[in-house]
Amino acid sequence: MLPKLFFGYFAIVMIALSLAVITRRNPVHSVLWMLVLFFHIAGLYLFLNAEFLAAVQIILYAGAILVLFLFVIMMFNLKEELTAERFIGEWPIGVALGISILMLMFFSMSKITTGPPGQYTIEAIKAETHTKAIGKVLYTEYLFPFEIASLILLIAIVGAIVLAKKRG
Amino acid sequence: MIDSALTGSYGYLFNIAIILVKIAVVVGVAMLHVTYATYFERKVIGHMQIRLGPMRVGPHGILQPIADMLKLFFKEDIVPAEADKPVFKIAPVIPIFATLSSLAAIPFFEGFVIADINIGLLYLFAMSSLAAYGVVMAGWASNSKYSFLGGLRSSAQVISYEVAMGLSLVGVMILSGSLNLSDIVKAQQQYWHGMFLIPQFLAYFVFMVAAFAETNRTPFDLPEAESELVAGYFVEYSGIRFAWYYAAEYLGMIIMSSIAVLCFWGGWTIPPVIADAVPALKVVPGIVWFLGKVYFHIFLYYWVRATVPRYRYDQLMALGWKVLIPLALANIVVTSIIKFMS
Repeated sequence: MLPKLFFGYFAIVMIALSLAVITRRNPVHSVLWMLVLFFHIAGLYLFLNAEFLAAVQIILYAGAILVLFLFVIMMFNLKEELTAERFIGEWPIGVALGISILMLMFFSMSKITTGPPGQYTIEAIKAETHTKAIGKVLYTEYLFPFEIASLILLIAIVGAIVLAKKRG
Repeated sequence: MIDSALTGSYGYLFNIAIILVKIAVVVGVAMLHVTYATYFERKVIGHMQIRLGPMRVGPHGILQPIADMLKLFFKEDIVPAEADKPVFKIAPVIPIFATLSSLAAIPFFEGFVIADINIGLLYLFAMSSLAAYGVVMAGWASNSKYSFLGGLRSSAQVISYEVAMGLSLVGVMILSGSLNLSDIVKAQQQYWHGMFLIPQFLAYFVFMVAAFAETNRTPFDLPEAESELVAGYFVEYSGIRFAWYYAAEYLGMIIMSSIAVLCFWGGWTIPPVIADAVPALKVVPGIVWFLGKVYFHIFLYYWVRATVPRYRYDQLMALGWKVLIPLALANIVVTSIIKFMS
């Protein structure tokens, strides 16, 4: 009962917060609602015994990426932003697309079959600590995808520096 | 009677009551430390500059922090007319919330910690990175150019130095094989000197410099550079809201000092070689050693403040990205190789 109640709280509040993020007129308020949203995501990770992910969620997303968002948004001329038209003319197309993706997800959800459970049960993770378990899996079984992901990030960093250093 | 309470259905309530008492003790003692850290700072800097510091309230000004606190509590609270009011009011709560919650994961002596979590060190990072929001939000919501510049400077500074700080502690994590702060302290007892300070001297240097920048202290106090920005991000704050920022800054210093003590100075333990030579020292409770080491680090903050002039902003960024991060990375590589070889 209690776990269901917890999950229900997180699910409902996260949807409400996501709506708050996209409906605020002031972008700084949007970012701050997103901060609260990230905390709820971290809470959901903790609820799944994924303490390492929860901590990284806060350190990276809330502590670094979102601060950069704020940094950029604060440089905007907000007065212009606040009086601008909020929706572009093509919004009905957007709504139609959104509804169709939602329908697709809704119908495919019922067809999902979960894979066989791996060696990491909750007891195994508790005995080994989550950080160790995720490290082992990441650096042995999923080493190749992990390296590809880091390469993609490296390319993004190099690209950003190239764009920033280009003068004129 | 107590046994049945522990094992019975009241066991939960009993545990919660114990945790609440622990929290009350830790928060009370920490806040007292914050008030007297201000007095200590004024006295230390005063004597370094051949002045006396506060002398009027009580003998040697010992009651000065109490007087300051009362004054702050009863001052008028002003919210600027053009400020973004909800953000302006939430902003000062965030740093004090983040720093007070950090106290939960710090083991003060053997077995005394409010929440003994496996990811203690990561939790402390997460909380210290949150404190930046208080500064950025205050800078933006005050609707003042001085505050805004202070907020921008601080967010850039904190993000840059957080990287160096996180990387500097990776060496400690590698050597101890754990993120749990109690385990990190115990792992240091394997050496005769009982501290990671000696194998990780480079990491300690990087960590301390980054800690000064994270807490916005001299020589990295650009977010509140008086001569340029009046007072920086909290220009528009007064009364109790200003006091929250002030308390959070000192609490931040205490927490950074505690992390340094736990990760590099052996926490509440003393070097085994000394403990073996003078067995009488084993009777001294661990909290004495822990607090002594923390006080030394807080003194270090004041010492540096009285000695070193403020950095220029480009120098600050160059130091963070071009010196500290490469040093921390080199330390990780060397530490991993040594750990792998042995």
